Amino acid sequence: MMNSSTYSDAIDNSAAGHPVIRTENVSIFYGNFQAVRNVFLDIPKNKVVAFIGPSGCGKSTLLRCYNRLNDLIPGARVEGKITYQNIDLYDPKVDPVEVRRRIGMVFQRPNPFPKSIYENIAFGARINGYKGDMDELVERSLRSAALWDEVKDKLKESGLSLSGGQQQRLCIARTVAIEPEVILMDEPCSALDPISTLRVEDLIHDLKQRFTIIIVTHNMQQASRVADYTAFFNAEAGETGSRFGYLVEYDKTEHIFNAPKEKSTQDYVSGRFG
Amino acid sequence: MTLQTIAPEETLIQSSQKFNLPRLINRLFYWLTVLLAVGVGVILLWITYSLLSIAFPAIAQFNIGFLFTQVWNPVQELYGALPQIYGTIVSSIIALLFAIPLGVGVAIFLSENFLPSKVLTPIAFLVELLAAIPSVVYGMWGIFVFIPFILPLLQLIHQWFGWIPLFSTSPSTRQMFATAMVLAIMILPTIIAISRDALISVPPQLRQGAYGLGATRWEAITQVLVPAALSGIIGSIMLALGRALGETMAAAMLIGNANRVNISLFAPASTISALIANQFGEASGLQRSSLFYLALILMILTLVVNMLAEFIVSRFQQVE
Amino acid sequence: MSSPNQPDLNPGDFASSEINYSVAQGRKVFGNVMTGLVLFCVALALLPLGSILFMLLTNGLSRLFTDFPSVFTELPPPPLVDGGGFRNAIIGTLVTCFIGALISVPFGVLTAIYTVEFGQGNRLSQFVRFCTNVLSGVPSIIAGLFAYGIVVLAMGTFSAIAGGVALSVLMLPIIIRTTEEGLKSIPREVRQGLVGIGATNFQGVFSVILPAALPFVATGVTLALARAAGETAPLLFTALFNQFDARSLREPTATLSVLIYNYAIAPYKNQNELAWAAALIVVLMILSVSILARTLTSRKVY
Repeated sequence: MMNSSTYSDAIDNSAAGHPVIRTENVSIFYGNFQAVRNVFLDIPKNKVVAFIGPSGCGKSTLLRCYNRLNDLIPGARVEGKITYQNIDLYDPKVDPVEVRRRIGMVFQRPNPFPKSIYENIAFGARINGYKGDMDELVERSLRSAALWDEVKDKLKESGLSLSGGQQQRLCIARTVAIEPEVILMDEPCSALDPISTLRVEDLIHDLKQRFTIIIVTHNMQQASRVADYTAFFNAEAGETGSRFGYLVEYDKTEHIFNAPKEKSTQDYVSGRFG
Repeated sequence: MTLQTIAPEETLIQSSQKFNLPRLINRLFYWLTVLLAVGVGVILLWITYSLLSIAFPAIAQFNIGFLFTQVWNPVQELYGALPQIYGTIVSSIIALLFAIPLGVGVAIFLSENFLPSKVLTPIAFLVELLAAIPSVVYGMWGIFVFIPFILPLLQLIHQWFGWIPLFSTSPSTRQMFATAMVLAIMILPTIIAISRDALISVPPQLRQGAYGLGATRWEAITQVLVPAALSGIIGSIMLALGRALGETMAAAMLIGNANRVNISLFAPASTISALIANQFGEASGLQRSSLFYLALILMILTLVVNMLAEFIVSRFQQVE
Repeated sequence: MSSPNQPDLNPGDFASSEINYSVAQGRKVFGNVMTGLVLFCVALALLPLGSILFMLLTNGLSRLFTDFPSVFTELPPPPLVDGGGFRNAIIGTLVTCFIGALISVPFGVLTAIYTVEFGQGNRLSQFVRFCTNVLSGVPSIIAGLFAYGIVVLAMGTFSAIAGGVALSVLMLPIIIRTTEEGLKSIPREVRQGLVGIGATNFQGVFSVILPAALPFVATGVTLALARAAGETAPLLFTALFNQFDARSLREPTATLSVLIYNYAIAPYKNQNELAWAAALIVVLMILSVSILARTLTSRKVY
């Protein structure tokens, strides 16, 4: 049932050096319900790691532990150890706000603030103590999100006036502007049309130069297009009958898609799942 | 150019431990909101306490007998609140007797499409307007318009039904019955608004089911919708009762401030809040203390009624 | 059961369909009677409103027009003196309502921020909800006695401050509820976005969430002001009344509602007329503020 050993080869082979985030035997609970069981997973620096798997396999739940977003859910509890640069993220001495400044997040649905396009980006930078040239930062962030040309003439307009794809890229620009080290993306394209999706994927490619990216996706083609490494999660019924998610296999993306070690991975990536 | 606060060489713990103004502000802000949230409860306790502390001499002097004696004598310093308690409860109940059928009727009207919404919306607005008129204006309207208008009618009732004790005295210009009718108008918006919400929130499947069985619109209303919305309607009635019990100005201006229980509804009477409004200005010492004792009784009365209403309404919200 | 227009009928069918017909007639009559009753209810409920508005307009407007500027600029007249106005009462109403808002708005808004942003349905926020509901049922005269007990007795004088404290007790639950409603209307995604960029709760609430919920807060404030402007009972023993202008907040202060009360029960025609004019002003104030509240709500962001 557990295949926690299969991932380690992949990382040792990578040239990434020391992993940015280590996930050691992590289980996640909502009250008495166990959502994720015993995950071991290391995230290499400046790579894109995709989490794939069926609904309810806990991939988003795990992602939200990396910036302590699960803190906001009453009753959520993490067991095991998640370290970021060798510091335990759940150390009581760690301020979750500080975590989120270093590990940014892009959400499933675009969620720009009800402010102008300019302010959407400037706000995050300002509260994070940025004191440089704000105009320059806004332009640079919008450029790196490939949005500058579309919005440069309407920076004073509301962020909510943009199309869905533009809003999502604005949210990416907003995250880029606070210069985190890691960017978490929770199905960033699930609410977008195919053309916007392609643009965001191109963007992820560019951002890889500067950031470590973890992306949760339902779309296997997307994982194969953008990710260097892919982790496949599955869900299984536990002893009490409630379903929990666990990590099946974690490897270089081409291995996962072309030569998976596990049968369930093979079934899933070839579309024979379920 | 990088952000100053995030120096890469600084570990998470170091930057978490470092002094950070936003973090401090956030913590202070959190505790401020906690303080004020607790403060809402403190205010309630404080109200009760301040009433209790001033009422204490009267409570010590008259004890529970205060509730059952008919005397209000500042000269001999003897006080009993039976007429006021009786008047408060009876006037509220009569007001409910008028307001319930009227209010539920209007609520049904507003929740159904008897008329196109172009007509319904302004009517709903007018009903809300009814709630916006201050009670002192209702009181003045009662003095100058309503009582002069209703008095001949009450006179007729007295002539025909004078043998019934409730109508046994000749209608006075300041009296219980007319006051209760004005109170009824004042609590109408409460009943209408909440009953209407309850009726609207009945799942449409119930109505469709009733229609499917061949029920007419009114059969569906009386046998399905109103029973389904009943807890909401009862909750609205309880809230309205709470309002009627505590209503001051209309009662103070219209009820006549008689310090005795009169079984006839056409005779002057008194209510707790009316007595407080009328006597507080000149009161001191034991009289003032007695008025606070009365206020405490009113507070408990409305508290019980409102909590009951809250309980009933919250049950209907859960069903929803 | 076969219907009458089927071709193959036997006599028995006719009999039964006739019975059906008469039953249906009874149900129809029942329906019509009930519809009529409900319409009657509506008419009966709106009749007093029509009458009040009519009286306010005829009695109030005539006085406002005949003594146009002086009603607003002069002081209340003593008995048996003609003319006069209620300038001090207008100012007094504005001042007491303003003091009430000054206390209740920050209190209510911050409390709502706790229950929605921090508490999120925990024990304390449930307790606050309960207290808010109880508080909104506290009779207004008791709010007045409370302010008498804690302000008037302490200061040794009736004052606009005491009146404002009494009104703030009545305004508080309204502001808490509407602010809560406004905060809840902000989508969860926005809160997540704020957390995602490393904003503290304070930063998020004050730069994004509260501004987006502002139309609701403004609605709450205006509704609370509308309620306060018409309240009389809480002011009777707190602000009391003043025949003249109050020179400070620590003096008895005239308000429109108490003026209406005093002059409506007075036996003098001039004072009665002034009461109607003041009532018209109060109702107009409440109406315009309520309409303002409506337009504010319609300008919400989400």
